[in-house]
This record gives sequence, C-alpha cells and structure tokens, in this order.
Amino acid sequence: MSYAAGIDVGSTQTKAVLMDPSRSVVARTLSPTGANVKQAGQRALDAILAEAGVPRDQVGYVVGTGYGRYKIEAGDAQVTEISCHARGAQMVFPLTRTVIDMGGQDTKAIKVGPEGSVLDFCMNDKCAAGTGRFLAAAADVLGLGLDQIGDISLRGTKPIRLTSVCTVFVESDIMSYMAQKKKVEDILAGVHQAIASRTISLVRRVGVEEEVTFTGGVARNVGMIRALEEKLGTRVNVGPDSHFMGALGAALFAVDKVIAQGTTGAREPEKSVVWSDGQ
Amino acid sequence: MPPTGPAAPVSPTVSAPRKVAAAARDYRGVVHDLSKDVMTGWMNQLQDATRNGAPSAYMMISGNCVEILRCFDILPVFPEINALQLAIRKKALPYILKAEEIGYASDNCAYVKADMGYTLSGGVGENGTIPRPTFIVCNFVGCNVYIKWFEQCAAMMDVPIVMIDIPFVRENQPSPEDVRYVMSQLEELIGTCERLTGKKFDIDRLREILGYSARAEEGWALAKSLCRNRPAPFDCYFDSINMMGPINALRGTKDAADFFDAAVAHYQKMVEEGVGALDEEKFRIVVEGPPPYPYYRNFRNLFERWKAVAVQSTYSTVGGTWEFGFRHDPDRPLESIAEQMLLHNLCNRTMIERYRQIKTYVESWHADALVIHSVKSCRLFSAGQGDMREYFTKELGIPTLMVESDLEDPRYYAEAQMKNRIDAFFESLEYKRVREAAAV
Repeated sequence: MSYAAGIDVGSTQTKAVLMDPSRSVVARTLSPTGANVKQAGQRALDAILAEAGVPRDQVGYVVGTGYGRYKIEAGDAQVTEISCHARGAQMVFPLTRTVIDMGGQDTKAIKVGPEGSVLDFCMNDKCAAGTGRFLAAAADVLGLGLDQIGDISLRGTKPIRLTSVCTVFVESDIMSYMAQKKKVEDILAGVHQAIASRTISLVRRVGVEEEVTFTGGVARNVGMIRALEEKLGTRVNVGPDSHFMGALGAALFAVDKVIAQGTTGAREPEKSVVWSDGQ
Repeated sequence: MPPTGPAAPVSPTVSAPRKVAAAARDYRGVVHDLSKDVMTGWMNQLQDATRNGAPSAYMMISGNCVEILRCFDILPVFPEINALQLAIRKKALPYILKAEEIGYASDNCAYVKADMGYTLSGGVGENGTIPRPTFIVCNFVGCNVYIKWFEQCAAMMDVPIVMIDIPFVRENQPSPEDVRYVMSQLEELIGTCERLTGKKFDIDRLREILGYSARAEEGWALAKSLCRNRPAPFDCYFDSINMMGPINALRGTKDAADFFDAAVAHYQKMVEEGVGALDEEKFRIVVEGPPPYPYYRNFRNLFERWKAVAVQSTYSTVGGTWEFGFRHDPDRPLESIAEQMLLHNLCNRTMIERYRQIKTYVESWHADALVIHSVKSCRLFSAGQGDMREYFTKELGIPTLMVESDLEDPRYYAEAQMKNRIDAFFESLEYKRVREAAAV
C-alpha cells in the first residue's frame, strides 16, 4: 500500500498529515516551525511516519505547502496553501464555498468551487494587521497565553474600539485602555472584533457565499469564531481539523499523484494536481 | 555611479528553473539588441550634452510633444527614464533615501525621489550623465504630482519652465475648445524654443518629423497586433520595454521608425515559424500597471515558470495608445499633437476608458486572465484598481490577480508573498483547466 503525505510549513507552526489511498487520515502532527525551516519539514514527516508506524519507502508522494514549502527536501511537489486550504476545507465540509484562513502572518479569503477549486482569493497586504500575530501581540501585552484570550473575550460586554489594527501599535493602544481601567475581557472583545472587521472586508472582496469554513491556527480561538459569525451573520464551519486544513489539502493532492502513479506506473503530474514545478 | 547606458537585464537573485534560461533567449534577442543600439546612441548624446552644452529639455513620457523639441534640435531628457534605469540596475534606494533626508515623504512618488536624490548627488550636470537642461517642458498628462516634480527641478537647477496644461478628458472625446487650448500652448512653446535656440520654426521640418513618428507608431501597432497570435512572438509586458524606449524617447527620428520596421519584420518571421516568446505558451495574460523595476527579472521569472506570456499591457501605452489607430498627422501637425496629448495615451483618460482598453485586450488578444500590479508610491494611478479587480472578476468573469509592490522603491517588494499569490493564481487557472478537460 502506498501512502501520501502533506506537510504545511507555516510561519509559526508546521503541520503534517499522512493519508492512505482511500483518503483516510492515518496520522497528523503539529510542531513549532522555529528558525530551521528545512528541519521542521523533515521532523514533521518523521513524526507522522513514527505515529503511524509506516516506513518511509511506503510513502509514494509528498506535497509541501506553506511559506516553507520549497525548503521541504522530501517534497515531490509544492502547492500554495491557498489551493490546499480550499481542497482541505471542501473535503471536511463539502458544501464550503468560502474559506477564511487565518494563520500567523496571513489572512486569506478564498472563494471555492463545488469540487474544491479556487475561484478567487484575496490576502492581507504586507502587514500583519488582522492576523494571528496581532492576537499574539495583544495576548503578550496582557500577560496571557494565546489559548486563553478567546475564552476571556467572550465575557466582554462593552468591547473597546481600537484606534488601529497595527500589530506594532496595538501594545500602546492596549496599555492606554488598561490605564483607563478598562476590563481585560472588554479589551479582548474589542481586539477580536477589530480583527473580524478587517477580515470581513477581505472576504467581501471575493464575495461571501455560504457555507463559510474557518481554517488555520486562529480557528482554534472561540472568541474569533464568535466575532466572525456575528459580523458575517452566519454560522462558520470549524472542526477539529481546521488547523490542519492546509496539510490535509496537500495530502489530498499527494493522494491524487499516488493514484495516478498506480494506474500509469509513472509520475504524470499534469493529469491530476495543480502543479508548481521548479524551485 | 550614475547609469551610462540603456537598461540592462538584471540577474536573478534566486536560482531559476532550467527552462527559464532557455526561454529568456528573446529577451536578449534581436529586438533587444536593436533597441539597445538606438537607445545607446541617444544616451551618448545626453552624455555629450553634459559637456558641450547642446540645447536640451526635460520632458515627460506620457502624451509628450517631443516632435516640437526635435524641430529645434533640442535633445529631449526624460527624468522618468533616468529613474527607471536607476531602479532596474538596483541603484535607486540610496537616491530615494537621499530625497527622504531632505523631507520627501515615504509614500511620495519614488520616481520623483530617485530623480531628486540623483540630481542632489551630482548625477545631473557637467560631472554627471544627464545634462543640466536648457529649459523644462512640463507636459503633465494625467499626473499632477509630476507638476511639482518639474517645478522642483526648475527651482533646483534655476532653469526656465514651460507648463503645458492638458485638461483631463472628462468624456469620451476632448472638446474642440480643449484641442484649441492645447494648440495655443504648443504655439507658445514654439515661441519659447525659437527664443532659446535662436532658430526659426520650420513647419515642413515638423511635418517630416511627424512622418517618422507616424511610421514608428504604425510599427508599434503592428508589432503589438502580432501578439494576437498563438504563441505570441514576444512578451507584451516585459519585452515591450524594448519598444517603449524607441517609441517614447526617440519618436520622430528616422532611427526609431527604422527600428520598428526591423522589429516588426523579426516578430512577423517568428509568427510565421510558430516561435513564441517562451518555449511553451500555457497561459496568456494581460497586465495592468508598471513593472517592479528593482526586481524586474525576478518578477518576470514568477510568470515564466508558469509559462505565462503577457499578450498585452496597459503600461506600454503610457506614451501612446497607438494600437487603437491614432497616428500623428503631418497634414495636421499641431492639431494631431494636441489630440495625442489629450486623448491617445493611457493616463489622461477616465477609469471607464481604461476598463474598456483592458476589456478589448482580453477579448481581442485572447487572454486567459488579467494581472494587476499595483504601485504603492503611485496612488494616483493605483487608486481604483480594487474596483477594477472587482469589475473584471465579478462582472466579466475574467480571473484577475492583484499584487502590489513598487515601480522604483525596492523596499516594497516581498518576493515570498508575491510568489505565493502568483503561484496560487496560476494553480487555480491550471486546476480549472484540468477539471474542464476531465469534464469533456
């Protein structure tokens, strides 16, 4: 039996998914990317193989995605996380038409076709406003962990209005609200609403069409899920795999390759996978 | 060191896939070399003028009236070309920083800043590469920032300035009053040229010059129309800079007219032989907006690796929209110059006209998609591109990608982000094709 792997080397975390040819997830892992991107990809691959007890030579194809995709030595092909998130989201939530992916550095709005293809997409500019990094900066200045702030924000009753969504200036902004003795939950509710507003304007550029699926690391934050749902006026799909959606999509592309190899006996990438050849 | 010759290709800083090297052959091919030859001749004249004091004048590219200068043997100097050459040689940043030191804002037009910094660093004048102009012709078309640029130049260098006021075209056509208004200013310019050079205006000379202009314009239009073929014989965005030098800076000379005859013959032969700009043409795109000159080659590679060829571009029509039929007319000399300045160039028209131009490109040049490269330091031209993206994507159903950096300032270019967007865009186009093929 030949397996397929998808490795998503993101700016903050590296995710990996091992899949069998029937497209069932056999193993998945999550670890910090750190400074050595090359090692992060290899480590993630080793970890899923160990978890599944599958030897390396049983993996027929590896697709890399995320910012570090070209550094993954084991990667047979590279596909952008935009295509991967669309594909992954469509597998988990088949009625997905819009994907909101919020990662460490990037926020993306993707319009998805019925079969998981990318119809259109928009991303944040070269600026970390409205991304996971913004939340991390807010958590830092309040002395809280990233995993705590979502819950706390839900208790806010009078959300503050941030004067900017700049990741650099958010600290001084929050400090001034603390000096005014504003409640932490109200500050955090305001932080989440500010990011949600910015994200919605991005999503509107591609057009909001239901169902909306929320993916990426920030999808684990309940405060952000709530803020997005309120602004959109609709429910968003979030699952336990939301964080792995990119790696999942990459693994699906890899399975396509494995299947194509199985039927033709040779690697025929053009037939099945969106193909980013080269460096 | 200031630049001494025409734009040279920039080496990529990342290792390019093997096929790109082969595909790059025409970039350095016959037309590139021909362009280099004629442009070097002009650059040498500029260099000589720094020392021998031959009459010269600053002028802008967009909708210019270079033919009138030529009539008096006044050498045209284009600060925009100087700025883009600094950028393509990766020399712009120190000059931009120099301009910021004296107070130019970080979001000010980077062409202006690079040129200012260059002038302040001694690039203009006896010890530089650009002559101190006899006078400045501010033929501002569509860009009011440029008025301040040229006023600043005039103040810094203490030379006379002639401001030609070109009314923005509010409707489909300029009014007869607009045309008369511009013609009267051209007559004033002629008077200034007579006074400064001591030469008498010769209408027959102007007619002859306009004849050369019309011949070059015809060649330009023919070359561009050849890109309707599959494969297109050259990249109408990246390779078109080989033609932009001759049409914009050398228009009205026999050299430029001859250059276009040769270029068209070469491209015609390529079409007959079925040879394209790349070894394989997989995607045909239309590009809106100027290229990121500091990373010209890198940016080009991002498209070539997807075998994407630009079959048309709006940027190449900054000087004139010749492919839509307008020609300078020796029988109506001043009137046709005025009409060109008012209407037949990219920047002096409404956004709706720009939409129409792009739509025609996509349809008549059989393009798969539109790519918008938005320029951070040019809000004037970039404003409205968000709506443009929406119009083409949602109303016309044409896949449209919008990326952003700058035409001059290298600090705005982020390769990883650029590549991610471009890759994702072509992945989606390719995936769509695979699905469509599977459905047949």
